[in-house]
Amino acid sequence: MALVLNEDQQQLKDAAHAFIQDKSPVSALRKLRDEKNPDGFDRALWQEMVELGWPGIIIPEEYGGSEFGYTGLGVVLQEMGRTLTASPIMSTVLIGASAYMLGASEVRKKAMLPEIAAGKKIVALALEEGPRHAPYNIATRGGPSVDGYRISGEKTFVLDGQVADELIVVARESGEPGDRDGLTLFLVDANAAGVKITPTRMADSRNAANITFNGASASGDKIIGEKKKGADVLDAILDRARIGLAAEMLGAIEVAFETTVEYLKTRQQFGRPIGSFQGLAHRAAEMFCEVELSKSVVLDALSAIDDNRDDIAQAASLAKARLNDTFHLISCEMLQMHGGIGMTDEADIGFYMKRARVAAATFGDSAFHRDRYATLEGY
Amino acid sequence: MSDLEQFRQETRAWLEENCPPSMRTPMPEDETCWGGRNAVYKNPDSKVWLDNMASRGWTAPMWPKEYGGGGLNKDENKILQQELGRIRARPALSSFGIWMLGPALLEFASEEQKKHYLPPIVRGEIRWCQGYSEPGAGSDLAGLQTKAEDMGDHYLVNGSKIWTSYANFADWIFCLVRTNPQAPKHEGISFLLFDMTSPGVTTKPIQLISGSSPFCETFFDNVKVPKENLVGELNKGWTIAKALLQHERTMIAGMGSGPGGGGGSGLRSPSVVAKKYAGEADGRIADPALRDSIAAHNMNSRAFGLTVQRTTDEAKAGAPPGPASSMFKYYGTEQNKRKYELLLQAMGTQALGWEDSTFEEHELSITREWLRSKANSIEGGTSEVQLNIIAKRVLGLPE
Ligand SMILES: Cc1cc2nc3c(=O)[nH]c(=O)nc-3n(C[C@H](O)[C@H](O)[C@H](O)COP(=O)(O)OP(=O)(O)OC[C@H]3O[C@@H](n4cnc5c(N)ncnc54)[C@H](O)[C@@H]3O)c2cc1C
Ligand SMILES: Cc1cc2nc3c(=O)[nH]c(=O)nc-3n(C[C@H](O)[C@H](O)[C@H](O)COP(=O)(O)OP(=O)(O)OC[C@H]3O[C@@H](n4cnc5c(N)ncnc54)[C@H](O)[C@@H]3O)c2cc1C
Repeated sequence: MALVLNEDQQQLKDAAHAFIQDKSPVSALRKLRDEKNPDGFDRALWQEMVELGWPGIIIPEEYGGSEFGYTGLGVVLQEMGRTLTASPIMSTVLIGASAYMLGASEVRKKAMLPEIAAGKKIVALALEEGPRHAPYNIATRGGPSVDGYRISGEKTFVLDGQVADELIVVARESGEPGDRDGLTLFLVDANAAGVKITPTRMADSRNAANITFNGASASGDKIIGEKKKGADVLDAILDRARIGLAAEMLGAIEVAFETTVEYLKTRQQFGRPIGSFQGLAHRAAEMFCEVELSKSVVLDALSAIDDNRDDIAQAASLAKARLNDTFHLISCEMLQMHGGIGMTDEADIGFYMKRARVAAATFGDSAFHRDRYATLEGY
Repeated sequence: MSDLEQFRQETRAWLEENCPPSMRTPMPEDETCWGGRNAVYKNPDSKVWLDNMASRGWTAPMWPKEYGGGGLNKDENKILQQELGRIRARPALSSFGIWMLGPALLEFASEEQKKHYLPPIVRGEIRWCQGYSEPGAGSDLAGLQTKAEDMGDHYLVNGSKIWTSYANFADWIFCLVRTNPQAPKHEGISFLLFDMTSPGVTTKPIQLISGSSPFCETFFDNVKVPKENLVGELNKGWTIAKALLQHERTMIAGMGSGPGGGGGSGLRSPSVVAKKYAGEADGRIADPALRDSIAAHNMNSRAFGLTVQRTTDEAKAGAPPGPASSMFKYYGTEQNKRKYELLLQAMGTQALGWEDSTFEEHELSITREWLRSKANSIEGGTSEVQLNIIAKRVLGLPE
């Protein structure tokens, strides 16, 4: 597929742009933070997104979606990224719907995907157990019991875990933490007995949760993917999450960069606009190159999913690593080039820098993805 | 079958028949075919391959047929390049005429000039050199001083150029000259073509750090140039000069992307080389720090390759051509330099031999190529100049 948006995708992007700029500027995130909103997102805004059909973008028509593909979802995420909009799209659609589409039985797809498309269910992935992304480092146990399975263990950094209706829990049936084999993805009701959810507040003003499973019951046929082979579907889900997150980061990067360039043109010191100083101008030009390369890898990765290419994993690691690094670079330069203003809470700059760091730590930092890319490429 | 599919099959069959087997092997530097009046063909197949390709105009596939080119559209050319790549064909002709001068002539020259100059370029009969830089005019090219005076029936050229690549082998030169010393510096420059065998032209080779000597000082002492050799209008040469530089930059930038986006294939691929020299552990490059640097580099190469592709796709979709050539020149050349640094890092002392039979031939050439790569971010406008262009023209930052 060509590395340009088609007409439909461009229209969706324009519409998303108008909506987000109008309904969800950065001040909306600031408000959620200041009022310590317990959900971590604005439910009324989410309802409007539902009405626009966003939760159904990647879902096939037969399950109530609009089948617009990941490139379609990607442009929406990118627009949301521009204003750092918080919503359950990442957890529920990008991850949740992807998981169902990739690995649920026909019966479960029919039951759940229309619910997601209609915005009636929030789904969260309970994966991490330590502070650094390590998808096979799973100690949480899923063991058989008289009436199915019992899950015990501790999960951390579960995005939207505090509001989820359903949890996709990565648990180990056999082997040791670190083994790729032996994992199963159980679907667990968030209100089930033995599930204890503790909200956490992250630096980027979004929410996640720590979740303890204490013999929570699960069923052997309520799973995603294959039993004990869950890592296969997990990798595929995570790649979609990484690519979608990269698209979101791209939007934020664009704004951070545009804002900085604008400031370089207007801020006067020494009787001149500071953008006339080569010490800043060259750094801005280098950032431009990094942003252009970032746009390319995101588009390529999104179309890799839509075209069902066999190098989705490489494209995902490439996109995530590059967007991590570019977002980090640009948010730090944004702050530095704004001088003292950049340090103030009143400016939005800090929000972008905080989001950059949290997003980078989500689903693999750059070192993780370079290692993975090299392995995939056979060196 | 679609027209394009048919074109692919015909091309494949034609190449099968017309590309000599020895032209499908890796090319040693000294077998590069530059053409020209005094061309020496170390491997006679090089000449056969050149003539075959030139007969179809495929040394300049997208130039119009009336000027000897192949007359292909973008899609056809893409197929031709893919088919050439498939059989690993060597470039039939390396030529400043094709990379730089031709595109500028197509845009700015008179009909007569196009008919006169372009076909011999396509056929590799005339080899061109680029007379831009002067001792006092490098990055600040418009400060050039070589002058051409109007003598009524001819121009009289006096001055000197420097860093003129292959001036000592070239048949003709495209040269920037000052024709109005009173005007502001960009408005007194003209674009002139002349024969290097004209009386008064001398060249003096300069040795490079890599040991070879591809460029020269070039001196003009009362060189008479016919008036019809002026391209475009008098004193309007700067526009042509800039357009030509964009072609040059795109060409130099291409060295950074490399096949498959890996930033070099075979013994120029950092990952392959690292496995060979630094060893393997469980299929991985044994040195984890080196492995990490190589992954980072290869990922950047792939991202760069995708950006070249995206720009092409956008152009096809009708987007106005961006000032992409400066970004490509900057990023591509820095990337190529990094590739050689990684190769050296991986190969240790085996990449630091100079001339000894204890080193393999490819090892000795990597040493030389590493040194040569350092010029990439200087020639055709330095990296700093490209960053200036991006800052000013793309981002609109103030003076
Ligand atoms: C936490 C904190 C505490 C502070 N405490 C004090 C205090 O107690 N008392 C006090 O008086 N001040 C204080 N300051 C102010 C501080 O000294 C200024 O912020 C600083 O001098 C930069 O000035 P500015 O913020 O106006 O940025 P600007 O001068 O507008 O700079 C913006 C950007 O332009 C760059 N720039 C400016 N000129 C050039 C140039 N010629 N070439 C290249 N780049 C250039 C800068 O490096 C910066 O990246 C404090 C600042 C902070 C952040
Ligand atoms: C291998 C090779 C082949 C070449 N072949 C040809 C050829 O065939 N024909 C031809 O005409 N020329 C040729 N050149 C010349 C080339 O175009 C010049 O070397 C180049 O334009 C730089 O000019 P300079 O060497 O005078 O360096 P200078 O312009 O003196 O630059 C010195 C340093 O100052 C920096 N600098 C200069 N101006 C600025 C600025 N405004 N802002 C920030 N930094 C600045 C430069 O980036 C550089 O790092 C060749 C050069 C090389 C190395």
